[in-house]
Amino acid sequence: MIEFHLDARSGVAPYMQLIRQVRHAMRLGLLKEGDRLPTVKDVVARVAINPNTVLKAYRELEYEGLVKPRPGLGTFVTRTLGGESELAAHEPLRRDLDGWLAKARDAGLGDESIEALFADTFRQFSEERAGRAGRRG
Amino acid sequence: MTMTSAVVTEGLTKRYGRRTALSDCTLDIPAGHVVGLVGPNGAGKSTLLQMICGLLQPTAGRLTVLGGDPISGSPRIGFVAQDTPVYAGLTVEDHLRLGAHLNPSWDDELAHHRLEGLDFDPRQKAGKLSGGQRAQLALTVAVAKRPDLLLLDEPVAALDPLARREFLQGLMEYVAESGTSVVMSSHLVADLERVCDYLIVLVKSRVRVTGEVEELLASHHLITGARIDPAKLGPGRQVIQARHTDVQSTLVVRSTAPIEDPAFSVDGIDLEDLVLAYMTEAAESGRDRVLEKQR
Repeated sequence: MIEFHLDARSGVAPYMQLIRQVRHAMRLGLLKEGDRLPTVKDVVARVAINPNTVLKAYRELEYEGLVKPRPGLGTFVTRTLGGESELAAHEPLRRDLDGWLAKARDAGLGDESIEALFADTFRQFSEERAGRAGRRG
Repeated sequence: MTMTSAVVTEGLTKRYGRRTALSDCTLDIPAGHVVGLVGPNGAGKSTLLQMICGLLQPTAGRLTVLGGDPISGSPRIGFVAQDTPVYAGLTVEDHLRLGAHLNPSWDDELAHHRLEGLDFDPRQKAGKLSGGQRAQLALTVAVAKRPDLLLLDEPVAALDPLARREFLQGLMEYVAESGTSVVMSSHLVADLERVCDYLIVLVKSRVRVTGEVEELLASHHLITGARIDPAKLGPGRQVIQARHTDVQSTLVVRSTAPIEDPAFSVDGIDLEDLVLAYMTEAAESGRDRVLEKQR
């Protein structure tokens, strides 16, 4: 069973934070197909948030095909994200990233510059990919 | 979509002699929500809550509560007054016995279950309880009535952060299982942002803005740029707050349509800044007590 938390200063809507935490737990293999999510009552009793926020997050996850409610039983994970092959790919990718981070440091970049450079490159990369996919379609 | 209303007011006004506590208040509070009633001290929050539960009579205007006239002591309404009053000389158990005696709809199992979960000693005198425990006892007595509408007047204002969090956890747990409508006043916006899905901003005895939190957040924007003339923003855009330096303008704007203009930078706004914008606007005509910022 996973436990939710809320970062009130993140600027990310609370229901979106819950969705991300479920997806994240699924990607890391903490939640697998057949696992139950905490009940709405359990979540609000722990995180002190509005029950509708949790319901909205669970509905969205259901819409994405990641979970399914079973009346009277709870909400269950219906698939496994990432899988073995993606998890296996994490380690070499992490080593590459470590190397890149070391180079960025050697070049004199501070934490903020590194984060900004990564976020900016990632955004451009995603936009270019989306653009190509759009033209193909 | 028709939605049942928990409370409807029309031109509701309360005056004490020459002082106006609430002025021309028109509201439709939907049922099934946790409603945050926010504003500085003296804005009229307690007056509104006390009229809803029938403790105060309006000077003018109309008020419908759960489809009828407000009735003082109604079993359908749970009320936790400011500073969560309890009977200092009575024990915790006495409070539950009294509640059971006075309320036909009393849920004794719920009351005992809640207090056991909170590690209360039933023989403890209420006067010896901590602020957090007193608030929890008052909430327990209010929810064990199984009310259709729960009114809370600044329930967490006097509590330390841990007690405040525990109170809100208990409240949300109850709301999740019962679906009870809640109206809760507070000047601590950060707490309201977590637990409320509907907001009423009351400043200087007037309602400034009201609506579902999500819609309010989606329709308010923070715009910054080189000096902007608010009049030139275009139709459908209401400037809530405007600040200017010699080179820059910062505006809080309400607009349901997205604002896309390369001349400005447009950002979202959090609930605290949204509330502060309305309070600053209201304060422009004179000095006003500032909203207490919670960190």
